[in-house]
Amino acid sequence: MQLPDAEILFKSLAKKIRSDGGKDFALVGIHTGGVWLAERLHQELGIAQPLGTLDVSFYRDDFDKIGLHSQVKPSEIPFEVEGVNIILVDDVLHTGRTIRAAINELFDYGRPASISLATLVDRGGRELPIAAQYIGIALELPVDKMLELKREESGKLSLNLYDKCLPE
Amino acid sequence: MINRNPQLDENGVLQHLLTTEGLPASILLHILDTAESFVGVTERDVKKIPLLRGKSIFNLFFEPSTRTRTTFEIAAKRLSADVINLNIAVSAQSKGETLLDTVNNLSAMNADMFIVRHTQSGAAHLIAKHVRSDIHVINAGDGSHAHPTQALLDMFTIRRYKRDFHNLRVAIVGDILHSRVARSQIHALTTLGVPEVRVIAPKTLLPRMVERLGVHVYHDMAKGLKDVDVVMMLRLQNERMKGANLPSPEEFFKYYGLTPEKLSLARRDAIVMHPGPMNRGVEIDSAVADGKQSVILPQVTFGIAVRMAVMSILAGNQV
Repeated sequence: MQLPDAEILFKSLAKKIRSDGGKDFALVGIHTGGVWLAERLHQELGIAQPLGTLDVSFYRDDFDKIGLHSQVKPSEIPFEVEGVNIILVDDVLHTGRTIRAAINELFDYGRPASISLATLVDRGGRELPIAAQYIGIALELPVDKMLELKREESGKLSLNLYDKCLPE
Repeated sequence: MINRNPQLDENGVLQHLLTTEGLPASILLHILDTAESFVGVTERDVKKIPLLRGKSIFNLFFEPSTRTRTTFEIAAKRLSADVINLNIAVSAQSKGETLLDTVNNLSAMNADMFIVRHTQSGAAHLIAKHVRSDIHVINAGDGSHAHPTQALLDMFTIRRYKRDFHNLRVAIVGDILHSRVARSQIHALTTLGVPEVRVIAPKTLLPRMVERLGVHVYHDMAKGLKDVDVVMMLRLQNERMKGANLPSPEEFFKYYGLTPEKLSLARRDAIVMHPGPMNRGVEIDSAVADGKQSVILPQVTFGIAVRMAVMSILAGNQV
C-alpha cells in the first residue's frame, strides 16, 4: 500500500493551523512522534509559549494488561496551563485512548481555556468520542496494521505500516 | 538445578524488590529512568497520578520506622493506591501470630503489594516466596541484610549530580558492619559500573572479608576520602555505641566524623549523602550536613520518586 509523504502532510497540517490563526495558543506534543511534529510546528509557526511534551504512560488505561512502558520519558509542561488554549499534537489518531490519557494528564497541571487536537493521520477506528480539529490526512487502514511515524537522522519524517505484532 | 534470583520470574522480569544484589544493571537503570519521570509528577500542582487506582498496598512494619514508612506511604498515595499501615511490632505478633499467618490474613484481604520492614535478615524473602504469584513484595529493610530502595534513591541522587557512574570514586563511611544500607549500596554501585568503591571504618565496624564485595578498605579518613567524588555517610546507631565495638561517640567523631576539614580532602565538587536520620556531632558535623556540598534533603525528595517507580514497575509486571 502506498503511504502518503509525511513531509507533505506536515506542511498541510501547519497550514491548517496557521490559517485558523489569530488566537494565541501553546503546543503540547505526545511522545514520541507527536513531539517530533510539535517541535517542527513550534518553529514553523513561531509560537511564543515554550513547547510542552507529554508521556502519557502514567495515564494509560491498559496498565493492568501490559504494565508500565519500558521507556517512560518525563512529561514537561514549561508554562502555566491555567487559562491557556492548548493544541495537542500526535502523529496518528486511532482509538482515541492516548488522547483521553493526555487530556487527563493536562488537567493535572491546571485548567486550560481549551484543548484542540492536531494529528498527521486520522486512521479511524475510534473507541472514544474524540475528534481532531487539524488533520494532515484521513486514511482508512485495516485494523491489523500499525501506522508509525519515523524520523531519520536528518530530521526527515516518514510513515511506516506494520503488521500488528503481539503486545510487547 | 540453578537457583534463579528470587526477585525475578522465569523470564527475568522483576516481581519483587528484595535486594540490589544480583539484579542486572538494566533493571536498576530502568527503575532510575522511570523515577526521572516521577520527579516531574512530584513537582506539579496535582502530585497524583491514577496508575495504581484500586490497588491495596500494605506497609508491614515489624520494626519501628517513621521516615521510611512515610515515604512509602506518600509514594503509594501519589500513585492513587490505597495504603494500609500496620505496625506489627505492637499488634499481631505480640499476640503470638507467626509471620506467615499474618501475611496469609492480609493476603485474604486482597492485598496487591507488601512493603516489609523487619529486624530479621531474610524476612522479606520469606514472604515473597510464600505469597500468591500476583502479590509483589518490596523489602524496606531487613536486619543488617538489605535496603534496596534506599540504595536506589542514592544511585538516583548520584546520577543526578554526577551524570555518569563510570568515572567515579565513591566512599562509604561509618558502621558498615551493621548497615543494610551499605550492603545494598555496594551491590548497586558495582553493578552500575562505579570503578572504585571505598569503605572507611574502624576494623570493629567492618564485616569480615568485606573486600570480597569488590571494595577497597580504609581505616583512615584522610587516606580514604582523598579525591573521592561522592561521600556516603552511614548512621551510627546509638544503641550500639555502648557495646565493645566503639569506645564513645566523641572518639568516633574525632576519627570518623565528617568535618569540613576532612571533606576538603575529597574532590572540590564532591557531594555528601546520608540516609538519615542523622546524628549530628557523631558521624557528621553540622557544617557539613547543612553545607553546600550536602545533598541530603534532595535524597529525601528523590526517594519518593524512586519508590513510586519501583511500585509501578512491580505492579505492572503481572505474571
